Amino acid sequence: MELKEKILELKDIKMQYHTLEQETVAVKNINLDIYNGEFLSIVGPSGCGKSTILSIVSGLIKPSAGEVRLNKKCKNISGTDIGYMLQRDYLFEWRTIEQNVLLGLEIKKILDEESYSYAQELIDKYELGKFRNYYPNQLSGGMRQKVALIRTLAVKPQILLLDEPFSALDFQTRINLSEEVWDIIKGEQKTAILVTHDISEAVTLSDRVVIFSKRPSEIRKILIIDFGDSKIQIKEKRKKEKFNEYFDIIWSELNDERKDKGK
Amino acid sequence: MMKEKIKASNKYSKEHILFLKSHRKNLLKIKFFQIGILFLIIALWELLSRLKIIDSFLMSSPSRVINTFYTLYISGQLWNNVIYTVTETIVGFALGTTLGILIATFIWWFPFSFRVAEPYLVVLNALPKVALGPIIIVWMGAGMGSIILMALLVSVIISVMNVLNGFREVSKDKILLMKSFGANKSQIFFKLVLPSNIGNIISTLKINVGMSLIGVITGEFLVSESGIGYLIVYGGQVFKMDLVMTGIIVLGFLAWAMYSCVAKMETYYINKEQ
Repeated sequence: MELKEKILELKDIKMQYHTLEQETVAVKNINLDIYNGEFLSIVGPSGCGKSTILSIVSGLIKPSAGEVRLNKKCKNISGTDIGYMLQRDYLFEWRTIEQNVLLGLEIKKILDEESYSYAQELIDKYELGKFRNYYPNQLSGGMRQKVALIRTLAVKPQILLLDEPFSALDFQTRINLSEEVWDIIKGEQKTAILVTHDISEAVTLSDRVVIFSKRPSEIRKILIIDFGDSKIQIKEKRKKEKFNEYFDIIWSELNDERKDKGK
Repeated sequence: MMKEKIKASNKYSKEHILFLKSHRKNLLKIKFFQIGILFLIIALWELLSRLKIIDSFLMSSPSRVINTFYTLYISGQLWNNVIYTVTETIVGFALGTTLGILIATFIWWFPFSFRVAEPYLVVLNALPKVALGPIIIVWMGAGMGSIILMALLVSVIISVMNVLNGFREVSKDKILLMKSFGANKSQIFFKLVLPSNIGNIISTLKINVGMSLIGVITGEFLVSESGIGYLIVYGGQVFKMDLVMTGIIVLGFLAWAMYSCVAKMETYYINKEQ
């Protein structure tokens, strides 16, 4: 992978949560650079604070220590540059598909002719035009999640944060949709950070996979994924020998992790 | 419209037509029994009082109720009292619901105020509002104002509790989604919390019609000036059970009519949604 410009830098991020009984360190010593146009995945044992990192990057929570730099600038509150896609679609049942897509534009008060037609373009481009005036309960789970992605893309974020966006779907939909979403993200030339617990999903979608340790989480390993051919289809990747190699590396890292901590 | 339905039914299989028929038959059966029971009670009541098995002075009878109703109608007293009660109920209902929604909104907006207000709400909700009657009359005087205040008090607390519950049940993740777009509090309220609670608010309206009527009748019992509640109390005091029974029946009809209005609104809303 050729080195591109840094779009996002995480510097010495530390996050602790407080309850009445105790304080817990969720993540610490996180130093990570994310490059423009890259697809990065974060995997780790459950409860390791993967989602915490996304919340920090999006500005929804403030880290206990460290800083997030976007385009080399220090970043305080959630801005227009970050799009967040959650585990479920959370489409509003009382809004049509089109109105749901426009939600982010309305909230940011940037809904004008230009942004409206861009949203329409996205709807048509990703084959949801027919369903424009449908309500969410008339769509299948996979399509709903696609609407959620377009809702996120409509505000033209530079970076997309994906928090296990396929985990609530059945297996087949998950595979198909993840391919589709990957195509969309690459097509729109967005930078994406995906949090997942599905190793094969991480291997097939990403340019790099970051493996987190158990809580208090640190970065255990960063794995560069390279199938040698940048135009290779996601489906084809699963058949390659390299797929198994990468899978095994991540698998054993996560397993060692469990043993280390068990001692 | 009808023709279309018949045409469409030609396409169905025999089994499906039988299913539809039995469904319709079932509905008819339910209606038949509902009306039948009413007739049976009325007939039995009349018969027993005619045969002097029950004392119609104490129990009244359907024919005496109809007579009383007619007398009230001719003298204009019926309309006067009905209008009085209905007006009080509608005003009390509107004020109670509006105030309830506003208070619930305030409490939702400032979560700190919820923590503070919670014990007060619990006590006010459990307190029988009738107990406040004497205070209201002393403060407000024996008039329509007191009765409306009573209706308001009965309906407002329950509205606050119901509406607030609905507001607080809005999924945290949907709020997170709104925040991820940078939404402020008022955007979260008007774009998410309020629209997702329309159904809940309508069902609160349904409860409130009943609550408001309870408040009004309680108030009329205490104030004893006008209204159906007054007729019933007056009838009891002068031992005219015909008047009491007529009042109760008119009241039952009013309750049903007002509830249907709100239910109609709900159907209208649901149809619009679909």
